[in-house]
Amino acid sequence: MIEAWLGLPVGLQQTLIVVLQVLGIVVPLILTVAYLTLAERKVIGWIQNRVGPNRVGPKGLLQPFADVLKLLIKEIVIPAKSSRFLFVIAPLLAIVPAFATWAVIPVSPEFVLADINAGVLYVLALTSMGVYGIILAGWASNSKYALLGAMRSAAQIVAYEIAMGFALVGVLMASGSLNLGAIVRAQEGSVAHWFWLPLLPLFVVYFISGVAETNRAPFDVAEGESEIVAGFHVEYSGMAFAVFFLAEYANMVLISALAAIFFFGGWLSPFQGLPLLNDTFLAAPSFFWFAMKTAFFLFCFLWFRATFPRYRYDQIMRLGWKVFIPVTLVWLFVEGLMIWFDFGPWFN
Amino acid sequence: MASLRNITKTLFLTELLAGLRLTLRNLFKRKVTVHYPEEKAPQSPRFRGLHALRRYPNGEERCIACKLCEAVCPALAITIESDVGENGLRRTTRYDIDLFKCIYCGFCEEACPVDSIVETRIHEYHMENPGENIMTKEKLLAIGDKYEAMIASDKAADASYR
Repeated sequence: MIEAWLGLPVGLQQTLIVVLQVLGIVVPLILTVAYLTLAERKVIGWIQNRVGPNRVGPKGLLQPFADVLKLLIKEIVIPAKSSRFLFVIAPLLAIVPAFATWAVIPVSPEFVLADINAGVLYVLALTSMGVYGIILAGWASNSKYALLGAMRSAAQIVAYEIAMGFALVGVLMASGSLNLGAIVRAQEGSVAHWFWLPLLPLFVVYFISGVAETNRAPFDVAEGESEIVAGFHVEYSGMAFAVFFLAEYANMVLISALAAIFFFGGWLSPFQGLPLLNDTFLAAPSFFWFAMKTAFFLFCFLWFRATFPRYRYDQIMRLGWKVFIPVTLVWLFVEGLMIWFDFGPWFN
Repeated sequence: MASLRNITKTLFLTELLAGLRLTLRNLFKRKVTVHYPEEKAPQSPRFRGLHALRRYPNGEERCIACKLCEAVCPALAITIESDVGENGLRRTTRYDIDLFKCIYCGFCEEACPVDSIVETRIHEYHMENPGENIMTKEKLLAIGDKYEAMIASDKAADASYR
């Protein structure tokens, strides 16, 4: 076995290692997404005093696999007057950026697939790419509802991307780096050293913009099932629909992970820096804390969906352009002053 | 002053947070779901489900083919044909209820002078083939025979209110 491995050319060895690492990210991610769908139905059920799915497997734990099986054996209908090529390629354009972004996410102190310098830039570029899948799906379907959904989604993502970008500028100013690992390391110390405290308004803007970017309730006008049926994916069925579904949930996981990294110290432990606990295993930075923080933000996504009614379209635009962008600009100025005067435990 | 209070309310998302607190409280509340096949919701003795035709204790059919039920039925779901039976009494030769037409209002049961046609508490039934929605006299009598104990106790429970 080892001899066969050593016999391979070096280039092939490296390729194989990278492929294995990619699988090590993508497979757990797909499983997370699968169980996120179950968690969503469970949490929303609990909030509505119901129990949620509990029939398939023990406590309903096999429900995601039943759902996938159902979608797999359904027919993929391609509308006769659709633009065939774009119709088929749109789901791929939606899911590829959602997965590709994970290449730069440092999930633990030791493991990140591509430790590139301009990590934040890469993340912003790829999350913007996701909207092409939605727009093309809406246009290629040749359906008025799909087109309306796609238009709404495009306008919304453009508006909130600006606020999100500004919020991340604040993170860059605080950490002094575009590398995601360096951003996490800049927050080392204790819970109070994490960026959420000095950048609280930016964190709120970032997370709400993240909810809007992923087209989740209360910003789900792109789907708006009570107004425009299902929005951009109204003509999709079977596995093609499932891919859109997967992309939406993968984006949710991504936004949650990024919120943890940018504002809540990524893999750092919340017990770090406390007396007594500082030397125990609890204070050690690890993948566990990263996963816990991500899971908390994912819960927030579900919590919001169960709580808030859908925003009206013009209210979304007002919030994005006239509230979030000014708030971020003001706080960037405040942050600049804090850095200038070496304020607090964060900027000295 | 009021506008200032409004602005702070909006800025600190107080109302949204109040909503979130409410839903979070509900997350931990006891769940009200009835786990259907294992648990069932309680049923009233007046429940109006599948129909049945009853007999007297000596095995005689109660129905005297007076056709009051047919006349009162608002959905025209009942079809009755009658003739003289073997012991010289008036009896139905055909008594059909179309379950697709029936609206389960219970008027037939109210109209019946001899407590013959009744609606039982049976509500978990289904049809697999076309035509099974027509409940014939034989089927109705069979249901009556099978569930006579339940029908009699339900009638007794309701008697004091009539």
